[in-house]
Amino acid sequence: MVEPAVDLTHGQHHDDHADHGPQGWLKYLWSTDHKVIAMQYMFTGMFMALVGGFMAYVFRMQLAFPGIDVPGFGMVSPGEYNALVTNHGTIMIFWVAMPVLLAAFGNYLIPLMVGADDMVFPKVNRLSFQVFFVSTIVILASLVVEGGGFAGAWTAYPPLSADSTYNLTPLGSTLWVIGVGLEFVAFLLGGINFITTLMNSRAPGMRAFDVPIVVWMIVVASILFMLSVGPLLAGAIMLIFDQTIGTGFFNPAMGGDPILWQHLFWFFGHPEVYVVLLPAMGVVIEIITTFARKKVFAYRTVIFTVVATGVLSFFVWAHHQFIAGIDPRMANIFTITTLLISVPIAELCFVYIATLYGGSITLNTPMLWALAFVATFLIGGVTGIFLGAAGADIYFHDTYFVLAHFHYTFFPIAIIGAFAAITYWFPKMFGKMMDDRLGKIHFWGTIIPFNMIFIPLFVLGMGGQHRRIYNYSHFPELALDWFQDMRVLATGSLLVMLAFQSVFFYNWYKTIRHGPKAPKNPWKANSLEWTTESPPPHGNWRPDEMPVVYRGPYEYSTPDREDDYWPQNEPSPRGSA
Amino acid sequence: MRPIATTRAATGIATGKLAVWWVLASEVVIFGGLLASYIMFRLGHPEWADAAAVTNTTIGAVNTFVLLSSSLTAVLAHQAAERGDGRKAAQWLYCTIVGAATFIGIKTYEWWYEISHGYTITSNGFWAFYYSAAGLHAFHVIAGAVIMFIVARDAAKNIELHRVELIGIYWHFVDIVWIFLFPLLYIAK
Amino acid sequence: MNEMSFWERAGHFFDDIGLIRIGSSYAGDIDFLILLVLVVVGVWFLAAELIFLYFIMRFRAKGDGRRADYIDGKNKKHKRWITYPHFAVLAFDVLIIWVSFQVWNNIKMTLPDNPDAVIRVIGQQWAWTFQHPGVDGELDTPDDIFTVDELHVENEKVYHFKLEATDVLHSFSVPVWRIKQDAIPGRSITGWFQPTVTGEFDVQCAEICGFGHGVMAARVMVETAEEHAAWVAANAPAVTAAAADANAPSPGS
Repeated sequence: MVEPAVDLTHGQHHDDHADHGPQGWLKYLWSTDHKVIAMQYMFTGMFMALVGGFMAYVFRMQLAFPGIDVPGFGMVSPGEYNALVTNHGTIMIFWVAMPVLLAAFGNYLIPLMVGADDMVFPKVNRLSFQVFFVSTIVILASLVVEGGGFAGAWTAYPPLSADSTYNLTPLGSTLWVIGVGLEFVAFLLGGINFITTLMNSRAPGMRAFDVPIVVWMIVVASILFMLSVGPLLAGAIMLIFDQTIGTGFFNPAMGGDPILWQHLFWFFGHPEVYVVLLPAMGVVIEIITTFARKKVFAYRTVIFTVVATGVLSFFVWAHHQFIAGIDPRMANIFTITTLLISVPIAELCFVYIATLYGGSITLNTPMLWALAFVATFLIGGVTGIFLGAAGADIYFHDTYFVLAHFHYTFFPIAIIGAFAAITYWFPKMFGKMMDDRLGKIHFWGTIIPFNMIFIPLFVLGMGGQHRRIYNYSHFPELALDWFQDMRVLATGSLLVMLAFQSVFFYNWYKTIRHGPKAPKNPWKANSLEWTTESPPPHGNWRPDEMPVVYRGPYEYSTPDREDDYWPQNEPSPRGSA
Repeated sequence: MRPIATTRAATGIATGKLAVWWVLASEVVIFGGLLASYIMFRLGHPEWADAAAVTNTTIGAVNTFVLLSSSLTAVLAHQAAERGDGRKAAQWLYCTIVGAATFIGIKTYEWWYEISHGYTITSNGFWAFYYSAAGLHAFHVIAGAVIMFIVARDAAKNIELHRVELIGIYWHFVDIVWIFLFPLLYIAK
Repeated sequence: MNEMSFWERAGHFFDDIGLIRIGSSYAGDIDFLILLVLVVVGVWFLAAELIFLYFIMRFRAKGDGRRADYIDGKNKKHKRWITYPHFAVLAFDVLIIWVSFQVWNNIKMTLPDNPDAVIRVIGQQWAWTFQHPGVDGELDTPDDIFTVDELHVENEKVYHFKLEATDVLHSFSVPVWRIKQDAIPGRSITGWFQPTVTGEFDVQCAEICGFGHGVMAARVMVETAEEHAAWVAANAPAVTAAAADANAPSPGS
């Protein structure tokens, strides 16, 4: 399948940083610096995004033109098709969305935004990445071992995933579970750092409600992850035992129960959506406030809403299993909780829209990404209502409607949110200003095809097309010409979107080579990361210049001030903030 | 040199202690998921009581006693560390490690006996849970003992004495997990 | 069909526009629910997007030195702009929940008494086996008709189905009937349907079940009473004493 690849960018990056560093802290190994670890996570995540994108290209080509020799891959067998969709999902969620949004930006932003010189446990942080890196190698290896990659969908429902006589991929499926398990361990280690750093290492003067929302959200996401992943880790142990030594936890013939796995998986799986969503929403609100020059509308409401969402997200998991054979009365309960969670999420969206009111909006590349997040995520949000209503889910379950729905949530999260964050913090991370025009070309070249991919898939889903089927010619109702035209349209749009990504990489390359040097605070933003050099030195600030905080991060356009921004660390007479 | 971040304590709780509590929170849900699954299965399979009847409650009780005693020595180590007596703290920690080793030794005998009588992990659902849950717990005991050895070695030189308390908190957690496992796997016949 | 009420008409919306046919008694209920959600959230969605776009246009920085307003959203007068809408969202949620309950309870929680026939559906890698009652109309008797990937039912009759799987999870899905239920090895799950349109329709497997998941297609033939009787008569096995012994204990019952 996909070539096993060595992450070159990753290795190279270390050297860059080792050269830059002041001599005094060479006793620190380069890799305990939170900024370097953030880069390591980001480049690994971006590399995996290319792997996952390549998989999408291969299976979309197969769906649009069944049986063709896909350039760069070859013929797609049914087993390979299943392995491609399985690992596309696994990689995009666990090796792209989580490392880029949660780990990379969590690592980069938390110490800088709370005014600390590093994470509280730099070595644990390094260990976190090392475990993650091993997990990356394991999941890539699982694709090329004998028998091929795991092909039982990213949800890995047993008995299919538990027994190689059913899934035909004995090595691939075990490596898949080990890889995912290691990835969880990596994020548990990272999460402990995030939480304790925010709790204990805030700059003097920084109260709980002076913390930027993105930091709150990343930390709440880490807590959600920590409290939800345990049962699935236990489940992963059971699944590995079922696969390798023949226990029967999920085998009905031996007294086990396949539904148990579904509960363990979705008890984690649904909070996981919010684990990746919250960091993206945090990034977006930071960008919106900066470029609308507006204070966040109802800061505390946002925080309380996020916590409420987090708590509620533990009580909605069974909406993934309405028709899986659970007690139908449970479906009614979970319909209620699922629709209730729309209230806090809708409220967050209202807050974001309200924040724009009365602003002075500059539409540059990061702002476009942030606004696009809100616009497209709304589609993902409202289509979730269809699926949360158990009555409608009878029809929609496991159709392309579901697929399009969660791509309208995960794509804004993992791709739009990540591009927003990268373009916004690029000057800080790399000390160069990106080209805004190329950025906008890349933006429109991604957003328009993205909608053109998934709107046709909504229609196909409403037409009754099910997921994970490699060739629809076996189903007369789905083999209609206009259905096939929709598939071709989606695939064509994907090709356009993938092609436009080269603009981004070219922009990156051009900026690093020729871009203008970034000042300390190019966006005139308030939070603490903008008060240090771009890029920040090791330790972030000189030890005698560690910031002290006097106010919250969203004091934009404060009346009676000449500047329309007011950095958090600027001393002021007491009481005026 | 530690980062400045590590030396701050905005919450008033030492950073290390805070982190240990979060580690335990994540551990609680791991064991919680496993035990909740076990309890659900057990309620649905009354016939598992036959398998549970084979487990040796006496050995389990002895092991409970061993583990509780080792928690006591961990507390004594903490008290010594509070007084700044690193040598004493290290000695009590070594006592705790001996307790852990005894626990694992008894466990090894017990499993050897059961396996040699044909009750293996694949025998049925009860034995699958029995070996998985107790095995995961034993893994925590071993890991804790290894960390404790490192902490004790430092403590003997009066370095990083605050870690004596942290490993103690972890050790009590391992103890409490066993307090749940013992009735669920041995007493409930 | 001309007698349809407004609500029934609404339930036929997706059929009318040619997206997916309605083939069972409850398919229209599900479509009505979907249309209701579509209208309710559609209005919300459009309103939110339009306000959003309007704000972006209206409050663009024009380089005239205008500063943004300073609104922290803390006072009640401002905050009601988000609290009122969010109570409205809650109210619409309750409406959707209420309709969803009706649909769900009718399809999944109640089982019509005295079905006209009972069939058994068995999923395995990678084919569907259908067990129909034979001439005697009773399931699990020696004259049962077993077919592979072909289900024969009579139009307008109420059927119970017993859904089973022999190896991994499968999911029995007939899009035109809007029916979907996972099949679980070791269990027998009972559900019901009542076809209302004759013809030949797709059965899909809606839960990934391994290598051949993509070819696990079957067809359902909805026949008139005469056609169905003829099919049963032509296919029911002749019952001999030996066959009766061999067939009698049914799998999984």
